Amino acid sequence: MRRWLLWLPLAVFALAMAFAVRELRKPTDRTVYSAMVGKPLPTFDLPPIVAGKPGLSTADVQGQPRLLNIFASWCVPCIAEAPQLMKLKAMGIPIDAIAIRDTGPAIRQFLARNGDPYTRIGDDRDSQVQLALGSSGVPETFVIDARGVIVKQHVGDIRDDDVADLAAAWRAAR
Amino acid sequence: MIAEAGLVALWLAAALAAMQLMLAALAVSRNDDTLARAARPVAVVQGGLALLAMAALIRVFLQSDMSVALVVANSHSAKPWLYKFAGAWGNHEGSMLLWVTILGVAGGAVALLERRVAERTLTATLGTQAAIALGFYAFLLFSSNPFARLPNPPSDGQGLNPLLQDPGLAFHPPTLYAGYVGLSVAFSFAVGALITRDVGPAFARAMRPWVLTAWVFLTIGITAGSYWAYYELGWGGWWFWDPVENASLMPWLAATALLHSVSVLATRDGLRAWTVMLAVVAFSMSMLGTFLVRSGILTSVHAFAVDPERGTFILILLSLYIGGALALFATRIGVVRAGNTFELVSREGSLVANNLLLSVILGIVLIGTFYPILAAAMGTQLSVGPPFFEKAAGPIALVLVVVMAAGPLLRWRRDTLGALVRRLTWPIVATGIAAVALVVAAGWFNMLPMLGLALAAGLAVASVAPLAGRNLLRTPLFVYGMVVAHLGIAVSLAGMAASTAFTREVLVAKAIGESATVGPYRVTLRGIRPVIGDNWSALEARLDVQRGDGSTRLLAPQSRFFSNPPTTTSESAILTAFDGQLYTVLGQPDGTGRWQLRFWWKPWVTLIWFGGLLIAGGGALSILGHWLRDRRQKKRAIEAAEAAAHREAWAA
Repeated sequence: MRRWLLWLPLAVFALAMAFAVRELRKPTDRTVYSAMVGKPLPTFDLPPIVAGKPGLSTADVQGQPRLLNIFASWCVPCIAEAPQLMKLKAMGIPIDAIAIRDTGPAIRQFLARNGDPYTRIGDDRDSQVQLALGSSGVPETFVIDARGVIVKQHVGDIRDDDVADLAAAWRAAR
Repeated sequence: MIAEAGLVALWLAAALAAMQLMLAALAVSRNDDTLARAARPVAVVQGGLALLAMAALIRVFLQSDMSVALVVANSHSAKPWLYKFAGAWGNHEGSMLLWVTILGVAGGAVALLERRVAERTLTATLGTQAAIALGFYAFLLFSSNPFARLPNPPSDGQGLNPLLQDPGLAFHPPTLYAGYVGLSVAFSFAVGALITRDVGPAFARAMRPWVLTAWVFLTIGITAGSYWAYYELGWGGWWFWDPVENASLMPWLAATALLHSVSVLATRDGLRAWTVMLAVVAFSMSMLGTFLVRSGILTSVHAFAVDPERGTFILILLSLYIGGALALFATRIGVVRAGNTFELVSREGSLVANNLLLSVILGIVLIGTFYPILAAAMGTQLSVGPPFFEKAAGPIALVLVVVMAAGPLLRWRRDTLGALVRRLTWPIVATGIAAVALVVAAGWFNMLPMLGLALAAGLAVASVAPLAGRNLLRTPLFVYGMVVAHLGIAVSLAGMAASTAFTREVLVAKAIGESATVGPYRVTLRGIRPVIGDNWSALEARLDVQRGDGSTRLLAPQSRFFSNPPTTTSESAILTAFDGQLYTVLGQPDGTGRWQLRFWWKPWVTLIWFGGLLIAGGGALSILGHWLRDRRQKKRAIEAAEAAAHREAWAA
């Protein structure tokens, strides 16, 4: 047998181990990202959930880049991200929302307590639109460009450090 | 107290393993017999201490000592005692402890029993075994301590996964682990023999009973696990090709190849390098299997991050042992003198073919198991499912069946094709008849199961053929072992092919009093009633089952609710007939008074596990046969020596 052949098993094994080490060192990201990023918004037409605020349809979202916030009154991280959303609104960024599995009175209370950054709120009672968007939980925030294409997905609550990123993404989408 | 005692035993065992390693290393490098003799008792005591630690863990589980973190996480005081007992290894830390316990006990047994191999090689073997044990003791003590206490003990535990609350847990992991870890002895022997450059028939004969024993345990463990998954998971499948199953199949494939090549080395002094390589591969596969999979690293890449410390530890250990052995192989095997050579058409030739085919199947399973991780690293999420494994490994397995039929009918060293075909006449006739009968009786159906059934018939005839023309009483037991094991493969193959080809499945929603037909059975839903168990409650369907005009039998599948932790499981109800099983599962109510019911008629499915037991039984017969022959030969040698001494005394 050729001598170098004897080293082949060791070489194969070393390669496998190198690969495993690389995998081990990689920071893990368990987030489930939407496959819809880079694609146009799915077609939907959601009724309003609170009086005085219009519902949300695909057509409403086109024309101007904006943020689409997926939230619920029963969601604690949504309370945590409310001040950041108010900051984004103060920067002149239009924000629409989809309320997931919620009721009118609960939303009214939530907005009264945590502030109301939203232009429109759609009522997604059985998560149909949320699933169509590829969103796996609340809160999530999508950046939509003027043509209605999803350009970015932010999973989880918006922290202070995320505000600049989202604003930049919105500006880039113009 | 008992938890601390267990921890102390574990530390002492680790210290003894370190001592055993140093003694062996010094003894081998200085060629010192006194030091070598000291290594044996150390190995025995080390095994005993590991056993003590395992016993301590079982004791705290039986006592439901809720100050031990592991008990809290995996047990509950209301659990039946059997699951408290078996729950000791139904978790990561406990199963690792079981693993090193079996490793220590196996090492102790080698030290106690092995007398055939050269002393220096045995010492090197014990040193290797100690090195493996030391690494895994360190893993347990530094990153997976099963005896860790909680500062504020809760009043009760979180319970054991209900899927594991089955008698299967009591024997499946220990048998499987005995198989995995038994292969460590083969690995240590191979490394020991490489260190002392002593690869030959004596080494193979010393290794053979360990390989066979490990293989028998693996076979039983896999067979039992397959049946457990079959009735417990409620999907009616007997093999799912999931990573954990593949992790047990890979060492089995390697061990099967190994035990055949060990035979060639022991009887004909051939295949030296190949046998050593397989011994290394077989145990490497066990380690990969137990550690990468059981610690969650393989099933999901995410588990790397769950505990990167453990992952790193395991990787370092695997690199040291497998990498070390492979490096030793590369540097030393060239020095090992080539063994005897043989012709292509010969018993050896067929065993080489068997080894190559098994290795190819092993490679396919390995690639199929690891490819999703590789792909995930490249950024694609995918899973490799049964279609890949069946399409890729199935045809090769069938070729292997043909080789397996021919192999035992070949002579050692040299034979002719003509003679082989003559000896294979009856198996070929049986295959042909079975194929024709199948087409006539069932029509043309799926190619692979059809071939499988026909070849199973041929293999069954071929496997008993070596007994033809022999004096059955004087045939050695290990020949019977081979016959029974090969017959077991034929039986199992027939079961797999028949159940794949002819299974009938029905999913219905039925109100009480309505009935459905599946295969030869008519099933009537008689009622649904609640049932209370030890730590669960259930809805139980009463199904009247009737075959033709036969008597009515009652089947009662359940949908069980466990409260700790809250989970629902399906307890299937199975009716075993001589020619197959009726498998019933109770599903959800549909809200209008009807219940989802799922029935399968699985013809001859029981043959799969019966065949598995035959295979294991064949292995056991072979161990016994070799042991008896060794004993007889030893006795004869002693008698001959005495007779010689006697003659000399008279001559003098």
